[in-house]
Amino acid sequence: MNMKPIAQTRASALAFAAALAFAAGPAVAGADDDQLIINEELEIVTETAAPAHLDGVDVIYSGWRFRSDETQSLQMDDFDNPAMVFVDQALELWETVDGSEGKACASCHEDVAAFKGLKTSLPRVENGELVTLTDLVNECRTERMGAEAWKYSGGQMSAMTALIAHQSRGMAMNVSIDGDAAPFWELGKELYYTRVGQLQLACANCHEDNYGNMIRADHLSQGQINGFPTYRLKNAKINTVHGRFKGCMSNIRAVPFAEGSPEFEALELYVASRGQGLSVESPAVRN
Amino acid sequence: MASGVKPRVKVPKSASAGETITIKTLISHTMESGQRKDSDGNVIPRSIINRFVASFNGETVIDVKMEPAISTNPFFEFEAKVPEAGEFVFTWYDDDGDVYEAKKSIAVN
Repeated sequence: MNMKPIAQTRASALAFAAALAFAAGPAVAGADDDQLIINEELEIVTETAAPAHLDGVDVIYSGWRFRSDETQSLQMDDFDNPAMVFVDQALELWETVDGSEGKACASCHEDVAAFKGLKTSLPRVENGELVTLTDLVNECRTERMGAEAWKYSGGQMSAMTALIAHQSRGMAMNVSIDGDAAPFWELGKELYYTRVGQLQLACANCHEDNYGNMIRADHLSQGQINGFPTYRLKNAKINTVHGRFKGCMSNIRAVPFAEGSPEFEALELYVASRGQGLSVESPAVRN
Repeated sequence: MASGVKPRVKVPKSASAGETITIKTLISHTMESGQRKDSDGNVIPRSIINRFVASFNGETVIDVKMEPAISTNPFFEFEAKVPEAGEFVFTWYDDDGDVYEAKKSIAVN
């Protein structure tokens, strides 16, 4: 029989409650233990050791591990994945001639499968400038097809980037962060740790200090972007990385940077580097 | 014809006789409810798929009447018992009179 004095029991209960209430960091309800296998054959790395440059986190997790079983299951079979409708649409765009040069994507690149692996290294530096997948697509459109640039988060661009990123699904993220990329990466890192907006929050306050905790009704993830472009149940469409950054910044009542701005591109590089080693999941499904 | 409509179905290639299989169907369609207005305030006319039928060797498996509240890209998952080898026929009926059809054969082993 437990003869522990009542006072002591109560004191430890209080201490426990206090620990729950004030626990900072991911100790409370982190990622679940589920394993992501797509179409019963493609194993996705959703958990791995954090890259060396990352001090605040030991293990990195895909956002998939923080979602409910129902949402998770949508990504486990391509037929159930609502994003694949958009990927199919992009396949049609791939073959569609546009612009003054009379070319489609397929005219030069033939099979989109040729872009296998591209997503893992983006954003990257080309001729002193940081370029994202969106930039590459629009460069082709304006300079080689004689077509108009697509809007950053428009339906066509988000579908096309999802299709191209999809070719790398299952491969590990591996962006370059030194050499030419270093200054961009440093800028991205600075943005990640800078508190902004009326709520005075930095990315790190939620996604590094408190992932696994609830922010009201939402289960905070590490904010990894290995699944982008991502289908979100809340708006039933493909969401781009910069669109998501914008959403986060609005939520903390900051004035968001523009999609495609140098700030967001640098942040995209830095956030991608926080997920080095996680598999590309594009197109992922989140809520 | 409504644009961007593409039916997709997933049926196992084979089953044992009498087995209950799971069928999934998805059709990309805007499913415009008729309740929305455009930026000028004009009602956007209703344009939905109003009926979905699946049949097996001529026998109806499921017959669904669909209403405007059904979301974009309607997805159906249901079960069917397969007594013999044959062919599933899936048919979607659009408000504008179009009919979209997909077929899948299944072998019995």
